[in-house]
Amino acid sequence: MFSLETITNSIQQWLYSTFNPTMALILECAIVMLLVIGLFAVLGLVLVLMERKVAARMQIRLGPNRVGPRGMLQTAADTLKLMMKEGLTPDGADKFLFNLAPFIVMIAAMLIMAPIAFAKGFQIWDINIGVLYVSAVSSVSVIGILMAGWASNNKYSLLGAMRSGAQIVSYELSAGLSIISIVVLAGSLQVSDIIASQQTGWWLFRGHIPALIAFVIFIIAVTAETNRAPFDLAEAESELTAGFHTEYSGMRFALFFLAEYINIFIVCAIGATLFLGGWMPLHIGNWDDFNRIMDYIPSSLWFLGKTFCLIFLIMWFRWTFPRLRVDQLLSLEWKYLLPISMFNLLLITLIAIMGWHF
Amino acid sequence: MLLYAGLVVFLLAAILLLSYLLGQHHHDRATNKPYEGGIEQTGSARLRFSAQFYLVAMLFVIFDVEAVFIILWALGFYELGWPGYIGVAIFIAQLVVVLIYEWGIGALDIGLNVKKIMKKYKQLTS
Repeated sequence: MFSLETITNSIQQWLYSTFNPTMALILECAIVMLLVIGLFAVLGLVLVLMERKVAARMQIRLGPNRVGPRGMLQTAADTLKLMMKEGLTPDGADKFLFNLAPFIVMIAAMLIMAPIAFAKGFQIWDINIGVLYVSAVSSVSVIGILMAGWASNNKYSLLGAMRSGAQIVSYELSAGLSIISIVVLAGSLQVSDIIASQQTGWWLFRGHIPALIAFVIFIIAVTAETNRAPFDLAEAESELTAGFHTEYSGMRFALFFLAEYINIFIVCAIGATLFLGGWMPLHIGNWDDFNRIMDYIPSSLWFLGKTFCLIFLIMWFRWTFPRLRVDQLLSLEWKYLLPISMFNLLLITLIAIMGWHF
Repeated sequence: MLLYAGLVVFLLAAILLLSYLLGQHHHDRATNKPYEGGIEQTGSARLRFSAQFYLVAMLFVIFDVEAVFIILWALGFYELGWPGYIGVAIFIAQLVVVLIYEWGIGALDIGLNVKKIMKKYKQLTS
């Protein structure tokens, strides 16, 4: 049966039997890095295309369909075009920070990828504080956004960056609290442990209604954290032109764009890992035949399927809900989501301590 | 990990350099003007900013530092049992009290308070 675990294991064995240990380790690192960077490029292209196609479907039009079969190569062509464009720096901009900002945003996005488990035994860095690492590194990108907005010497950018900063730090609280509620149930911060604890069922179903509430809060919070509609105040086109990246053009703009889509993928992957069991197949109690059939589907497909379902959900939000106002956005977080997620955490721990979960 | 970060930096620099080499370079009178809806910029963008955003950041610090304690407790959750649960319940209750206090002093009222303004307006006009 097709399995990524056997492939990675055989590659590792071959490396360690052919070279001496240090050399093998370095080679392994190099292979992983190339894989991740390749994955990033592909993910960016696929997600942008998916967004445009989904948007087109929801507005009853065709979407990109000229470049390549069914418009598949549209985003690749767009990237090439952006590469050829002139990168402008506005007068009076802080040149150093202006050029540094896309790097910060992009590096933060790439670093979060490390503890995500893509399939059974296919994980870059199974660090023991995995989930905490993710929430810590993901807040680094705020610095990049603030830097971009301030350095541009443009009022739209400044406003967009300030809004984005306030929004991201606010929503991080409820995202963190809903992550903690799953950590309580699983009893570990390590990603592989969290997935292993969902062997008999996903936490979304096993944790009764509090887990469902935590999941809903998590989805709302990550939609806000990635600056997606209906929380896309940071780049509200109708009032701020393009928000914090108004002044960016060419490839630097493309890096911001890519980082945004990669962040969407990452938060959806984290959501799938915590609530939907990562690469674990869907198992229902004692239905052995059903479980066996589900086991035949490769774990990587399970992971990607769940992640893309969540991504589709977030894209769906964008074309369904109107944009919020800044004060509505902040009061939604501080007056509703934060108290709810605190009480929800207490409820979920009560369930865990009484052993009421399945 | 450091190697990885280094490679990422190198890759991004290479992409930007490539785009710099391929891209067009021209310089007209308004090429590098910051975009403000197509009109001349009115003053610098380095302006003083609303303190509300600073306040949000302060509130965030209060709650985030406490979230760190909750994470530590969540790890030792099954060993701590009921005593730990009661402790954290008190802790979270404290957080809720803090939140209610902030709400009461109006730290969470971001933007204009329309009701207050309308009341004042009616007072003035009647």
